Amino acid sequence: MTIISIPRKELEKLAKYSDELVEKINLFGTPVESFNENNIEVEVLPNRPDMFSSQGFLRSFKNYLGIKKGLTNYEIKKPEHNYKVKISNELKNIRPFTSCAIVKDLKLDDERIKQIIDLQEKLHSTLGRNRRKMAIGIYPLEKIILPITFEARNPKDINFIPLDENKPMNGLEIIEKNPTGREYAHLLKGLEKFPVFVDANNKILSMPPIINSNETGKVVGETKDVFVECSGFDFNLLKKTLNIIITTLADMNGKVYQMELDYGKKELTPNLTPQEINISIKNVNKLIGLNLNEKEIEELLLKMGYNYKNNKAFAPAWRTDILHEVDVIEDIAIAYGYDKLIPEIPEVSTIGEESREEKIKSKIIESLIGLGLIEVLSYHLIKEDETKMLKLYEDVIELLDSKTDYKLLRPNLLIPGLRILFENKHNEYPQNIFEIGTIFKKGDSETGVIEQTSLSVILCDAKINFTQIMQILDSLLTSLGIGYSIKEDEDDNFIPGRFGKILVNDKEIAKIGEIHPKILKNFNLELPVSFLELNLDEIFKVL
Amino acid sequence: MVYLKKVNIKGHEYWYLFHTVRSDDKFLKKSKYLGKNLPKDIEKIKLEFLNEITNTKKTREEKIIESLTSLERKIFPILKQENELNRISNVLKLQPIEVLRTLGWLENKNLITTSKEENELIEIDKNGETYLRKGLPEKQFLNLLPSNLENLKKYLSQDEINISIGKLKKQNAINFGKEITITEKGKKILKEKSKEELFLRKLPLNINKLSNEDKIIYEELKKRRDLIKDDIKKTIKVNLTQLGEQLVNHKLKNNLVESLTPEIFKNEKWKTKTFRRYDLQAQLPKIYQGRKHFVTEAIEKGKKIWLEMGFKEMTGNKTVTSFWNFDALFTAQDHPVRELQDTFFMKDVKGRLPSKELVERVKKAHENGVDNSLGWRYKWNEETAKKVLIRTHTTCLSSQTLAKLKKENIPAKFFSIGKCFRNETVDWKHGFEFNQTEGIVVDPNANLRNLIGYLKEFAKKMGYDKIKVQPSYFPYTEPSVEGYVWNEQKKQWMEVLAAGIFRPEVTIPLLGTNIPVLAWGPGFDRLMMAAYEILDLREVYANDLKKLRTRKNWI
Repeated sequence: MTIISIPRKELEKLAKYSDELVEKINLFGTPVESFNENNIEVEVLPNRPDMFSSQGFLRSFKNYLGIKKGLTNYEIKKPEHNYKVKISNELKNIRPFTSCAIVKDLKLDDERIKQIIDLQEKLHSTLGRNRRKMAIGIYPLEKIILPITFEARNPKDINFIPLDENKPMNGLEIIEKNPTGREYAHLLKGLEKFPVFVDANNKILSMPPIINSNETGKVVGETKDVFVECSGFDFNLLKKTLNIIITTLADMNGKVYQMELDYGKKELTPNLTPQEINISIKNVNKLIGLNLNEKEIEELLLKMGYNYKNNKAFAPAWRTDILHEVDVIEDIAIAYGYDKLIPEIPEVSTIGEESREEKIKSKIIESLIGLGLIEVLSYHLIKEDETKMLKLYEDVIELLDSKTDYKLLRPNLLIPGLRILFENKHNEYPQNIFEIGTIFKKGDSETGVIEQTSLSVILCDAKINFTQIMQILDSLLTSLGIGYSIKEDEDDNFIPGRFGKILVNDKEIAKIGEIHPKILKNFNLELPVSFLELNLDEIFKVL
Repeated sequence: MVYLKKVNIKGHEYWYLFHTVRSDDKFLKKSKYLGKNLPKDIEKIKLEFLNEITNTKKTREEKIIESLTSLERKIFPILKQENELNRISNVLKLQPIEVLRTLGWLENKNLITTSKEENELIEIDKNGETYLRKGLPEKQFLNLLPSNLENLKKYLSQDEINISIGKLKKQNAINFGKEITITEKGKKILKEKSKEELFLRKLPLNINKLSNEDKIIYEELKKRRDLIKDDIKKTIKVNLTQLGEQLVNHKLKNNLVESLTPEIFKNEKWKTKTFRRYDLQAQLPKIYQGRKHFVTEAIEKGKKIWLEMGFKEMTGNKTVTSFWNFDALFTAQDHPVRELQDTFFMKDVKGRLPSKELVERVKKAHENGVDNSLGWRYKWNEETAKKVLIRTHTTCLSSQTLAKLKKENIPAKFFSIGKCFRNETVDWKHGFEFNQTEGIVVDPNANLRNLIGYLKEFAKKMGYDKIKVQPSYFPYTEPSVEGYVWNEQKKQWMEVLAAGIFRPEVTIPLLGTNIPVLAWGPGFDRLMMAAYEILDLREVYANDLKKLRTRKNWI
């Protein structure tokens, strides 16, 4: 959840604070989380990183309120002398791309600096996938000599004082000893060369995505001019990210200058050319369920910060979420107002139907409740040490990196059943329970896992024996109209001579018997247990 | 006493049966009209009349007496003499636990009061018991005289010899010479029972109630090995209430019927006998019904709503390839939700992808987009799509269903309710296993207003009349909606209905063309917890049998 904090005084420049205003913010798509006399906090959803700063939010909200219509214009000045960045193609498999800009005449204070750092961090953790896909660097321009080079160097040949350190370190030392270095070391580990930004005097500005140089320094209240770069793997994403940042800086009085990027081929960034999307009036009305004419659609698009002309919508260059016409149509619906859409259920008649297996399961549950049993529902996952408490006749499937003790998929309902008896030792006996659920085995299927619907019945009491569990099985199968036979068998988890397999149409479909005391001991139980586990998939086939 | 009498009423004579009886301080006269002539079966009628009387005129005391069970009838009379639990069990040769239970019933009937008491008792120990049988060592010693030490050692231990010599010498009961011989005094002692023996026979005794003489003997015997021991015994003391005093001398009828046996039916003894009365206030042992788990009940309720709206159930496996859970739903392969920390992937199992054509279409949607969409513009990796996981949402059932849906079956409505899994730690609000439910409507004419219409209808069936919708975001729907329902009890909006229209990048690969698919799902576990007043998600899986047995039904 990304929450941004908007100063109330900024918001009240647009409109008076009231309950209606709060509802409007909700209907805009940024749910209000909380407010106090200084700030209002809203949630910004992952598809609108351009609103991860209060400047970005206010820019869009101003459009929505009708105060300012259409595309917000920012002046982007052409590059001045040496506003250049050369990118080495050695970076191809290391960190191939960067987009850059220079912003001058900023008016910064503590609050704005905090906002810039906040924006940077939010972009890093969401769009940037924790800096792997994209990382942003902002540097005070005064100590930098242009032009800049983005190149790959042997880690040992990279030497500079990292931010907040007091002596020079090389590339390897940084990722081993510096705290930020350690945190993001995995992004550079194993690479022969590391990426660095270097200025015209061969001074290292930073080693992305890890850390800036202390000499170039941090952006402070007095800083007027900055160099901004976004480095990473997806050039389109980097350009969009740059647009988000420099427009926010422009809203802090900054004057934005393009830089020439030299990849062999040359390109200028930032580029705020709007994105063109073809809009069909028919599609708009069909998807929303309205009857808008072209003028009305244009008005609504202007309210959402677009321009419109001749069936084309022009989206701001700082939006990352517009992939298809439907993205624009959603914005039109938001501008119209979700609260104004009249709900209407179409006259489509269809017939409801429950799945056959679910119907049969319901009947089985009815029967077992009628026999006085209590239904339990256990986790689908079991713990590692539980697999050592009895003999397993099945292969157990393991999960990768589970955060809890539950690390395996249950191969039967016996293990969770015995666990439930253990957890209920303080409750009254008899404890007669049943469960219907999925068990998992390795096998040939689209996933390499075979799932089976299983029914377990567990009886636990001082005087429990084979008879009672057989009676329940008999009663259940009789009520389903299924004939069965029983044959003696052996299973290490059951008392010898007190274990059998149930056959229906000559196929083994269940096991039944009295649990062996050594298993009961492992599960810390002290009363006899009779157990039945039945393959319900076979029952579904037979019925 | 029942008697016949002719009564003159307004010049006519009629036969009556009369019965007079004393109840408390009054005399009651009951009558039964027989007619102008004596009926033929007069004896039978007399008997019936008598029974009627007996049953209606019972006094409260009579009722109590008639309700005494057989154990109570054994114990109650003896309470005139005995008032302590252990003594009662000894005298009547009953188990203390039976006596205790019976005293409880008598107390419930207000016939007695009981109180707990702790007594410090002196009890006989193992050597004491032996000596009561064989005689105290000093007595045995005397019996063996005349003798010598060597001989005596064959019958008594050194310890016993020493004690005996010490005692007997003091009493001048023995003489030491070449042999040890008994004196006249000794012979006298042999004939009588010693003070110690008498004391031992009196045990157990209450330490605090010893006579001065007994106190001295007690102190002495304490010094000898294992003769007596101190013990704190808890016991119950019984006192008759005023009502109890009144009734304890009552004659207890012995011919009450306990149960209707075939013999009693046959002999029709029930006509002349009375039934033992029951104490209806007695404590009742509970029995429990077989019960459905409340999650099953909640799922049934949810299912009913979908079925009433004409939806068909989708079922499927819980294990699924990333292809169905993520890729077919246009979730980018580097999206954070696909990482180990959020999703349960499986070790050592290999997944397969479905038909080549379908895979190609999904690949294209990701790499270059479909229908003028930009797509994600990366290289789509087949191996990533093959990874097997347990589903993070039931939406993968929707993607599988759409892939199989034939054109002639559209429009169609489907729903699913089932378990989903996320790799999370467990606390009161989160778990790694939870329930989700979802419905989809596949309809070429469906639009956003319809979606909101369905949400309103669904909310109404869940019991909420007031809903509002706001824009939201999900990776595979556009437009997306969040529906809130008004909770009248808590006086707040609850965020429960996530909804949207599937993106063309989802529907075109799965259905072939861009047919709108409306989709929504309420936060199932949250609603269920609200209905059953459960505050902690972990309670849902605790399977506490006491709670499962006694929970209320969700009507």
